[in-house]
Amino acid sequence: MPRTSRHARDVAVVAFAQSDHLRRTDELSEVEMVMPVLHQVLARTGLKAGEIGFTCSGSSDYLAGRAFSFTMTLDGVGAWPPISESHVEMDGAWALYEAWVKIQTGEADTALVYSYGKSSPGPVRDVLTRQLDPYYLAPLWPDSVALAALQAQALIDAGETDEPSLAAIGARSRAAAEANPHAQLRGPVPQGDYQVRPLHTGDCPPIGDGAAAVILAAGDTARRLCERPAWITGIDHRIEAHGLGLRDLTDSPSTRTAAERAGVFDAPVDTAELHAPFSSQEVVLRKVLGLGDGVAVNPSGGALAANPVMAAGLIRIGEAAARIHRGESDRAVAHATSGPCLQQNLVAVLEGDPA
Amino acid sequence: MTATVPSPDVLRAPLVVEFPFTRSLGPVQSAFLTGLREGLVLGVKTSDGTVMVPPVEYDPRTAEEIRELVEVGATGTVTTWAWNGLPRPNQPLDTPFAWVLVTLDGADTALLHALDAPGPESVRTGMRVRVRWAAERTGAITDIACFEPYEGPAGPGAAPHAGVFAEPVTGIVAPARLDYTYSPGRAQTAYISGLSEQKTIGERCPSCHKVYVPPRGACPTCGVATTDQVEVGPAGTVTTYCIVNIKARGLDIEVPYVYAHIALDGAGLALHGRIGGIPYDQVRMGLRVEPVWTEGGRYPDHYRPTGEPDADYDAYKELI
Repeated sequence: MPRTSRHARDVAVVAFAQSDHLRRTDELSEVEMVMPVLHQVLARTGLKAGEIGFTCSGSSDYLAGRAFSFTMTLDGVGAWPPISESHVEMDGAWALYEAWVKIQTGEADTALVYSYGKSSPGPVRDVLTRQLDPYYLAPLWPDSVALAALQAQALIDAGETDEPSLAAIGARSRAAAEANPHAQLRGPVPQGDYQVRPLHTGDCPPIGDGAAAVILAAGDTARRLCERPAWITGIDHRIEAHGLGLRDLTDSPSTRTAAERAGVFDAPVDTAELHAPFSSQEVVLRKVLGLGDGVAVNPSGGALAANPVMAAGLIRIGEAAARIHRGESDRAVAHATSGPCLQQNLVAVLEGDPA
Repeated sequence: MTATVPSPDVLRAPLVVEFPFTRSLGPVQSAFLTGLREGLVLGVKTSDGTVMVPPVEYDPRTAEEIRELVEVGATGTVTTWAWNGLPRPNQPLDTPFAWVLVTLDGADTALLHALDAPGPESVRTGMRVRVRWAAERTGAITDIACFEPYEGPAGPGAAPHAGVFAEPVTGIVAPARLDYTYSPGRAQTAYISGLSEQKTIGERCPSCHKVYVPPRGACPTCGVATTDQVEVGPAGTVTTYCIVNIKARGLDIEVPYVYAHIALDGAGLALHGRIGGIPYDQVRMGLRVEPVWTEGGRYPDHYRPTGEPDADYDAYKELI
């Protein structure tokens, strides 16, 4: 039994699968990229598509450059006879949240959550400007690296980090990713030139394509499907004002609040999978989550090793769960973000049954 | 770094997504953007005295409606910055510049914009800057061309402003254009390549054996990859149709004409196309048709009757 659950039902991540994340996948349509991942995650539980109670996906039309692009990937799910399905135009971590709620309500016992993003067809830095406030920000086209760089400089000015420390975060992430066959960047990578100063290439995520999927299950179903389920003992997500000039960019109060509500601070964690696409964002997240040196941070390599947009947050939950499945973690925190400079943040606590 | 060379065997084509979003402004944004057009910067004051620039209509802490406008200085202080050595398309300056958050004199929150400076060595947090106005102003955030370094004294604090202007700006047009390179993937590449030889290539589901055309690489019923390529047609059967009476812009087809679902022989579902070579009021379910290609056409221009007897209803009823 999970130790600290306070929800109507015990819900666990029972399986996780992801694609190899690649710079480009021209030979694959989105459904062709997603489908093997769906088959892998189902195979890990022995479930057939028709046995899943609820399906929820996350993606973005702006990456694909096409309206309702997610409907195409439904071909890979097997939507006949009709299934219960939903979609969020966000990272799959938020699709997982919707699926978790669906199971809490008792309307489903199992859920398939998947997400994907192909950044290769378009200029992703420019594409992401279209999510900004359309009156004051979007007409200036401040790209995702530029906005992260403003946050990084604010952290440097506040004395919370410096360029060598940021470089070390990128290097540690890519070194950890050597053990992750799915990662896009593994091992030593040159720190490179400034992209937008103070951020170097090595402080920024690789641009790439990829997909991920998890299966959630409640109570005894979870125990039947997985030897050591990763119980979601808390999950919460919060948002901050979209005006960057209204926010203290060296802090992330939304992450802190979500973490409190998810119960992160109720007991120590041994693993943290943080969705920090930029090295400077890990500095903020470590601080607000109170992570000490004893915590394994992004043992998968994190978003600095592979950042398929719209899937990278779900992958953090999946990687944390997989460590619990393997017995490498007993209590993990997983974090996902969306929007510029950590505007929206989701925090989940995952726990394994005591040995 | 990972190789970025595209595979040579896959089709790709430019895909441009372009839209001029037309947005209306509320009273606060209208006053702010009209003010920019007139060469002054307005903010709003919340009930606790905080001055927000750029202004918002609701207090982000209390959700209280805020309408009390104030004028702030066109000079201010950089609160954080980032040096942009390689400006991207559409950004405020096409020479290297700094992105800055600037708290204008009299304001308590910061505005994002560009700072024209000779190099990163000349920029620091805390430096003083002033607005450089655009030569032609229309009532948009880009009426501020950028900021520039400024050594003079700070302006006075926020002063009340009625926010009333002749001919206020009530909307903006926010043009956006994104340039993609679209690749259709394996299955659709095979389909499109087949069409170039005037062949219609479908794919069969290994589980339910249905032949999908055009194929998208997956059987939506079984959720598995379709793998076997199958040439279907060229002839087929009209399964259902409609009569189009409204002429689409830029279309040089006389109305009325018939648009139909056509089940090509061997296909597991119908695709759609225009029916020609027969009066519109003589098209019927079960009509046997074949594609008509035009010189250089990349897909059938239309379908015309083959002259065969109509197909029996039972032969196509599953495909309607």
